[in-house]
Amino acid sequence: MFESLQMGKYAFYIWTSYGLTLVVLVANIIIPLSQERTLLRTLGRKLRRKRRDNNESKA
Amino acid sequence: MWAFLHKFSSPKYFYFLSGRLIPWFAWSCLAVMLVGLYYGLFEAPPDYQQGESYRIMFVHVPAAWMSMFIYMVMAVAGGIGLIWHIKLAEIMAASSAPIGASFTFLALVTGALWGKPMWGTWWVWDARLTAELILLFLYLGVIALNSAIEDKRTAARASGVLALVGVVNIPIIHYSVEWWNTLHQGASVTKLDAPSIHISMLIPLLLMAVAFKLYYATVVLMRARCEVLDRERNSSWVQDLISAK
Amino acid sequence: MITMNQKHKQRLAIVLLIVVGIGSAVALAIAAFSENMLYFFSPTQIMAGEAPTTRLIRVGGMVSKGSVQRAPDSLKIKFDVTDYAHTISVQYTGILPDLFREEQGIVAIGWMQEDGSFIADEVLAKHDENYMPPEVSAALKAAESSDN
Repeated sequence: MFESLQMGKYAFYIWTSYGLTLVVLVANIIIPLSQERTLLRTLGRKLRRKRRDNNESKA
Repeated sequence: MWAFLHKFSSPKYFYFLSGRLIPWFAWSCLAVMLVGLYYGLFEAPPDYQQGESYRIMFVHVPAAWMSMFIYMVMAVAGGIGLIWHIKLAEIMAASSAPIGASFTFLALVTGALWGKPMWGTWWVWDARLTAELILLFLYLGVIALNSAIEDKRTAARASGVLALVGVVNIPIIHYSVEWWNTLHQGASVTKLDAPSIHISMLIPLLLMAVAFKLYYATVVLMRARCEVLDRERNSSWVQDLISAK
Repeated sequence: MITMNQKHKQRLAIVLLIVVGIGSAVALAIAAFSENMLYFFSPTQIMAGEAPTTRLIRVGGMVSKGSVQRAPDSLKIKFDVTDYAHTISVQYTGILPDLFREEQGIVAIGWMQEDGSFIADEVLAKHDENYMPPEVSAALKAAESSDN
């Protein structure tokens, strides 16, 4: 079945195209995921600090 | 209708709705793409002139279609943002730009990889190719404006104007192969008469096009969600969300 | 809220004005641009003496059937390019694209000679928008020749 994937003398052009497409598509998924994670972590840290400050000022 | 739109355009509602939609888009995208790749790489026969090399079409053509489709989405969203000052429209426009730029980049690079063995050159200053390159610069301009201007609303306004001005490039890309005698061949699928592409090659092409659309829906919602969270960071619903985690 | 008050109408008008204004400006630019774009000539135009010999031009057309002559010991090649009305002779030295063959559309970039021949610096193959399996193409050709 995979013999048809040899692509003869065009293998370089075809597989570079498909490979590059895969890289770009995956990168576009990873970037927002990591952004969201960083953002949630930053916001969480801020919130905890605010709470702590509030508690201290009460005490 | 207006009431529904209003509700949908509220950032909070959007955040939770998109969170539920993303997995559906993502998994259906993956499924359609795998089927499309199977038909494109295994089932579709080689071309009578170009042999195996035409298989680059299955990523090149959908990427080029997406580069124009996303641009139109971005320009319309930017226009809505300019006129009605709807935050969500601005967010959708800003989130679309990097994805559209990615697809434009892919269309150009896979086109070069196809052009080298077939035409005999990586690049020519042909009307179609040049217009697509201008599209990439328009996307980069929008991205640059969005990241250079500190105030998000001002950034949205500036990039919205640029996006709208650039719309003129879209019909130029589409009709360039008819208006000028270019190296790039004419349209195969979007002709008024029957498409001049064999059904065994048309099926994987259309499947890949659907997969790319679903991919865009997935990724633009992911980006927009992140942006909503960032812009609404001081609102009570985001605070509740964070403290619940 | 999506409404259409005076302010919104005004902004809509400004946006439309920008799009229409830039659009028509670009359309005019294209019309002017395409007249002398790329110095592209067909064999008929060249035979009519429209092509300059003093600058790089492009010639487009089909490679005539049976006209390709390859030098046995070098990459030199001679062939005719036709638009089915007129034909000019093209000389080229170098590697040809895979799609180059007789009755294939090509674009040659190079210099017009005083004697009416053309020396190409670059030969590019243009393919059509048809995609089909070899068997279908063979069947189509067979049907065509039985029609004639």
